[in-house]
Amino acid sequence: MNAGPSATMTNPANTSSPNEINLRKPDFQSAAPAPNGAPDEVAIRADKFDGWYGEFHALKGISLEIPRCRVTAFIGPSGCGKSTFLRWMNRMNDSIVGARASGTLTLDGEDLLSRTRDVVELRRNVGMVFQKPNPFPKSIYDNVAFGPRLHRSFRSSDLDELVENSLRAAALWDEVKDRLKSSALGLSGGQQQRLCIARAIAVGPEVLLMDEPCSALDPRSTASIEQLIRELEAQYTIVIVTHNMQQAARVSDRTAFFFEGSLIECGDTDEIFTNPRNKRTEDYVSGRFG
Amino acid sequence: MQNAAAVSTAARSAAAASRRGTARSRAARDGTERVIRGALLGCALLSVASTFTILVILLAQTGQFLAMPEVSAWEFFTGTTWSPLLGAEKHFGIWPLVTGTMLITAIAAAFALPVGLVVAIYLSEYAPARVRTALKPVLEILAGIPTVVYGFFALTVITPFLHDHVSESFGTYNALGAGIAVGIMILPIVASLSEDALRAVPRSLRDASSALGSTRFDTSVKVVVPAALSGIVASWLLAITRALGETMIVALAAGGLAHMTANPADELQTMTAYMVQIFLGDAPAYGVEYRSSYAVATVLFAMTLGLTIVGNLFLRAFREEYE
Repeated sequence: MNAGPSATMTNPANTSSPNEINLRKPDFQSAAPAPNGAPDEVAIRADKFDGWYGEFHALKGISLEIPRCRVTAFIGPSGCGKSTFLRWMNRMNDSIVGARASGTLTLDGEDLLSRTRDVVELRRNVGMVFQKPNPFPKSIYDNVAFGPRLHRSFRSSDLDELVENSLRAAALWDEVKDRLKSSALGLSGGQQQRLCIARAIAVGPEVLLMDEPCSALDPRSTASIEQLIRELEAQYTIVIVTHNMQQAARVSDRTAFFFEGSLIECGDTDEIFTNPRNKRTEDYVSGRFG
Repeated sequence: MQNAAAVSTAARSAAAASRRGTARSRAARDGTERVIRGALLGCALLSVASTFTILVILLAQTGQFLAMPEVSAWEFFTGTTWSPLLGAEKHFGIWPLVTGTMLITAIAAAFALPVGLVVAIYLSEYAPARVRTALKPVLEILAGIPTVVYGFFALTVITPFLHDHVSESFGTYNALGAGIAVGIMILPIVASLSEDALRAVPRSLRDASSALGSTRFDTSVKVVVPAALSGIVASWLLAITRALGETMIVALAAGGLAHMTANPADELQTMTAYMVQIFLGDAPAYGVEYRSSYAVATVLFAMTLGLTIVGNLFLRAFREEYE
C-alpha cells in the first residue's frame, strides 16, 4: 500500500502510519459503478486550459492527463490555482460571478466546459469532497441518501442497501450502523469527512475530487482517510489537492506541481519527489519554499 | 532587515516612553466602573419596571371589571355576544372579538407567510447581487410605512376591487380587505427576517448540495430552507404577533360590529379596534365599558405572550446547528 515514495519522504516525527488502523475491507456491491474503461487510460484531459476570475488570470495554459483508477495529487503553495483547477472539473466555478475558462478540458473524451453540457449529470459522475467536512444538518442516513434521492426514486429496501454499501465503502458503517437516524453533526470531524465521502460515493460517480480533505482533521483521522483513498482507488479516479507533501507522497500515484497558475511539472509521484526535473519543483518538495 | 543592536535600542526607548505621563489610579478606575455599572443597571430596571407596571395596571383593572355587577367572569370567557354599547342589556362575551382578531390574522398570515418566504428564497438564492441590494432596502422601507396608510389603502383600493371584481357582497367594511392589508404590512417582516435566516446558512452546505447534482431549486428546498427553519418560523411568529396586535388598519377597514363570523365579506371588530372605539370617547371614564377594554387588552396580551412562549419552545426544539 505504501510504496516507494513514503520510504524516502515520510517524516516519522509527525505522521502516524495508516497501517495502524485496520479498516474493514469495503464492500462495493451497488455503491460503485463499473469503471468506464481500463485503469491507466486517460479519464480527464486538459489541453492549453486557461481560467480567469474576472481580470485575474488564475490558470495559465494547463495541459495534463489524469489516469483512470489512480490517485493524482495536486500540490503547490497557496494561491497557485490547484483548487481552482479542481473546481473546474465539476463546474463548481459556475456559481462564481466572473469565472470563465478557455482551452480544452474533457472527461472520457467529452467536453466539460461546453455550455450545453448537462451540469447535473456531470456532477453525478464527478463527486467532490471539501476541505472542511460539510455534512447536512440531517440524519446520517439522510445525508447519504440525499444524492441518490435527487436523481432516482428508490424502493426503500434498495435505498437502505445503497446507504449501507456507501457507508461501508467509506469505512464508516461499523461506527454508525446503530445510529443512522441520529444527526450527522454528532459525529467527530474524521467521521464527518468519511460521511461526506460516503455521500459522494452514493451517487455512483466515476471521479472523486478531494479538495484538501484532511486539512481540518487530526492525524489519526487523516490516516484513516488516507488509507480509505488508497482503497477507493480501485474503483474511482481520484484527484486530491493537498498542502501536505508527505500526504501527496503517501497516497498518490501521480503528482502535479502548480506554481503561480502554471503547471510546473507532472509525473509519477516517485519521480516528482525523488528526482524532479524542474528546479522549482525540487525546491518546493524539499521544503525550501512554499 | 535591521540589525540586532538597533532593535534592542528601539525596544529600550519604547519601554522608557511607556512609563511617561500621569498614571491613572486604581481608585479612579474602580470608581468609574461603579458609576457605569449603576447607570446600566438603572436603564435595565427602568424598562423592566415599565413593562411590569403596565401588566399590574392591566390585571388590576381587569379584576375590577370582572367584579362589577353587570359582568360575570363566566360570561366574559365563554360568551358569544359582545354588545357593551348597544341596547338595554349589555353583554360582555369576549369570543366575537377573539374570533374577529383570529380571522383577520388568519387572512393576513395565509397571504404573508408563504409569499414572504418565497420572496426571501428569491432574494437569498436566486436574485443577482445587484437586484438584492436594491430590493432589500425597499422591503425595509415598506416595513416603515405608517399603518394608517395601509388602512385607507384597504378602504379605497382593496375593498372597491373586491366589491367590483370578486363579489358584490363585500361592503365598505369587510374582513378580507383589512386582512389583506394587514398581510401586506407584515410581508416585509417575513421576507426580511427569513432572508436573513436563509443567508446565514453556510455556503459550504450549498456547495455540498450542488456538488451532488442538485439544481438551485433542490438546494433551496431540500437543504437551505430546512437548515434555516428555526429562523423562518421565528419570522412567522413575529409577523403573526404583529398581525394580532395591529390596530389602525382594522379600526379603519374592518368595521365596528362585534359578532361571530367566518365570512370574510362580513364587517367585524377585533380586540384592538374595540379598544380604539372605547378610548376615542364613546364611553364614560371608569364605567363598565371603559374597564372592559382593559379586560380585552389582558386577553390580547395573554394571546401574544402564549404565542411567544410556544415560539420559543419551538425554536429550542428545532434549532439546527450548522456545524
